[in-house]
Amino acid sequence: MALASVETSGCPSGLGASGVQERARDVRAFVQHDSGADRLELMVEGASCAGCIKKIEGAMLALPGVRDARLNLSTRRLRVDWAPGALEAQAIADTLTRLGYGARPFDAEMAQRSVDAHGRFLLRCLAVAGFGAMNTMMFSAPIWFGDDMSDNTRTLMHWLSAVVAIPCALYAAQPFFRSASKALLGGRANMDVPISLAVILTLSMSIAETMQNGAHAYFDGITMLLFFLLIGRYLDHSLRERARTAARELLAMQAVTASRVGADGVVETISARDVEIGDRLMLAAGDRAPCDGVIAAGVSDLDCSMLTGESLPVTGRTGDAILAGTINLTKPITVAVQARAENSAVAKLARLIEAGEQGRGRFVRLADKAASLYVPLVHSLAALTFLSWFVGPMLLRMWGIEASDVGFRIALQNAVAVLIITCPCALGLAVPVVQVVATGRLFKRGVFVRSGDALERLASVDMVIFDKTGTLTLGRPRLVSKPDADVLGAAASLARASRHPLSRALVEAAGPGHVCAGAVETPGEGVAGVVDGAPSRLGKRSFAAPEAPDSTDGSPELWFAEGDRPPIRLVFADALRADAAEAVAALQSRGYAVEMLSGDRESAVAAAARAAGIVTWRAGVTPAEKTAYVERMRSRGLHPLMIGDGLNDAAALAAAHASASPGAAVEASQAAADIVLQGEQLMNVPEALEIARRARARSLENLGFSAVYNLVAAPLAAFGFLTPLIAACAMSGSSLIVTLNALRMQLEKRPAA
Amino acid sequence: MNILIFLAPAAIFMGAIGLAAFMWSLRSGQYEDLEGAAHRILIEDED
Repeated sequence: MALASVETSGCPSGLGASGVQERARDVRAFVQHDSGADRLELMVEGASCAGCIKKIEGAMLALPGVRDARLNLSTRRLRVDWAPGALEAQAIADTLTRLGYGARPFDAEMAQRSVDAHGRFLLRCLAVAGFGAMNTMMFSAPIWFGDDMSDNTRTLMHWLSAVVAIPCALYAAQPFFRSASKALLGGRANMDVPISLAVILTLSMSIAETMQNGAHAYFDGITMLLFFLLIGRYLDHSLRERARTAARELLAMQAVTASRVGADGVVETISARDVEIGDRLMLAAGDRAPCDGVIAAGVSDLDCSMLTGESLPVTGRTGDAILAGTINLTKPITVAVQARAENSAVAKLARLIEAGEQGRGRFVRLADKAASLYVPLVHSLAALTFLSWFVGPMLLRMWGIEASDVGFRIALQNAVAVLIITCPCALGLAVPVVQVVATGRLFKRGVFVRSGDALERLASVDMVIFDKTGTLTLGRPRLVSKPDADVLGAAASLARASRHPLSRALVEAAGPGHVCAGAVETPGEGVAGVVDGAPSRLGKRSFAAPEAPDSTDGSPELWFAEGDRPPIRLVFADALRADAAEAVAALQSRGYAVEMLSGDRESAVAAAARAAGIVTWRAGVTPAEKTAYVERMRSRGLHPLMIGDGLNDAAALAAAHASASPGAAVEASQAAADIVLQGEQLMNVPEALEIARRARARSLENLGFSAVYNLVAAPLAAFGFLTPLIAACAMSGSSLIVTLNALRMQLEKRPAA
Repeated sequence: MNILIFLAPAAIFMGAIGLAAFMWSLRSGQYEDLEGAAHRILIEDED
């Protein structure tokens, strides 16, 4: 089967979401010039299978001069190298668009930083610990099971173990040493302090024991312990790294290009970072403003939905301010730049969000909570063990009870045994494994969880606050009035000449058809042209039907006047997502309080609330009021989950206990959100909450198990019954049990909706 | 038990080979695109 023989648009297997965009972005500013080769990296949208790899790489290699093309399916990045001068970079983006994939340029410099050096270091440590554990085990097995082994042979085996275990343990324990010393220097104690202490004490004691021909050498235990701990550490790290990479990619993709008009009138394409104050930028229809500025020439409709959440455009005239992120809809305009891209209102807002997220840092993770209880307890127990064995016999004699001294060596041995057996092996795995399984499950459903603590915060949510436009609704107007088919067709032929959202909604309702030739669009007013021989107008009431009575309900509307016929009013509304009511009902039946906050008009909000089944709602709320409301709820002891999509929601998202945003949301909101919901389904919200709750239950079970394990094992060690064999079995057994318990989540059925 | 003098280093050496192989695969970027690798086996070579 030739996978890519059929020329379909986008993913040939139909698995990938469609990444189709109208035209390829300008990518010329993102080409990297290395010695002897030009290179371009693009984010590819919609690629998801082997067919996509073949289709894309094949098409790239077929371009003239291309030496190498490689699509990374995990990061969705395409890298193309070609001979300098042999190829126009834009051809790459155009080819991708023609194949039906979305191509987004990104700032390679920023993405470069995402090379995960620490993750690789952890993997190397894990490999070394694994090697050490396996090979030490090889020398330990004869000691455990060889009953007739002489002391000399046992000591030889111990020395062999030491040769392998000491360098391995010292190398593999580096992440713990570093973290522990950082914590101690900062005057704190974390889980890594007892781990580091256990590693050092165990190694020293085992060497001393081996030198004296003793039996209590724990080389096998300590390497195995490090191996298990590093597994937990690596899982935890990769979960965070995945979220960090996604955030960085969002930032890198915000780097757009700008068309600068030079003094001689020549337009050149530059990266948005290089725009200086005072530059004049050309903004074609469909372009997004890269910086804040004022309109120097031209009139056009501007889509400010990214900034205000308002779905209808406003008219921008010469002298009006224009903010970064605004999309120019109708006519080309020239913008005089007033602030560099990094000082734009959007960039400042992004920094505000960061500040909000730092406030969230107060949240204490479950594992850390457990550690803060656990560390002092274990260390006191070890100290107590040492004291009891060392001075205990002396005290007993003072009371007149016959007891002989056991000596310093035995006392220390038992104290260290307590530290080894209680070393938070299962504790270190208990939470990360559950979180990896849970986020993996959610990821398959199209819910992207940004971090492990986001999952923990989701689990404690008790109220859900929705934004309306773009969250509960699709954020696109839809035609609700039902005109005759021929009227609709005539109006649509005019509408096809415009990019205005209402025009598009009209075209969507009318279906495919021809476009009116010679139609002229007046920004902010409407479109005029000749349809079927009759001069017609489509647009505002004042433009198309000045004599018609003013409507009062404030719904978005278009008027259509054809020849001498009476003008027709076309009414639009923002449609609810298909499963909005179902999702709200599911949330309510599970005991969540559901509310709605919207900046929209009261009548529109009331209608949406009624349709979705939400009782408590507020209309006309400003972004600052949204944030204040969320904070008031928190101060009442509630844990609100805020779901919003606009830049106007971003601050409220960051202030909420937990936050979610739809995949179509603006970058800033996605960056502030704990979970991002792909696709159009809202049912993913109750499902994500359900899985988060189950994950917390599993984590608590695991922590509970670890506690029970320690309650049994610690006294055993304190009373001196611990042998190297028992230590090895207990540690690996407990790790295995918490891992299996976490994997149980994978088997559970989908929660009933 | 004299055989140990030969066997023990041999065992450690074999383990070390495995470790070196893993380090090499890590360094040469074989874990960069696990998802892509799973899909690439389905692509037929045409030449």
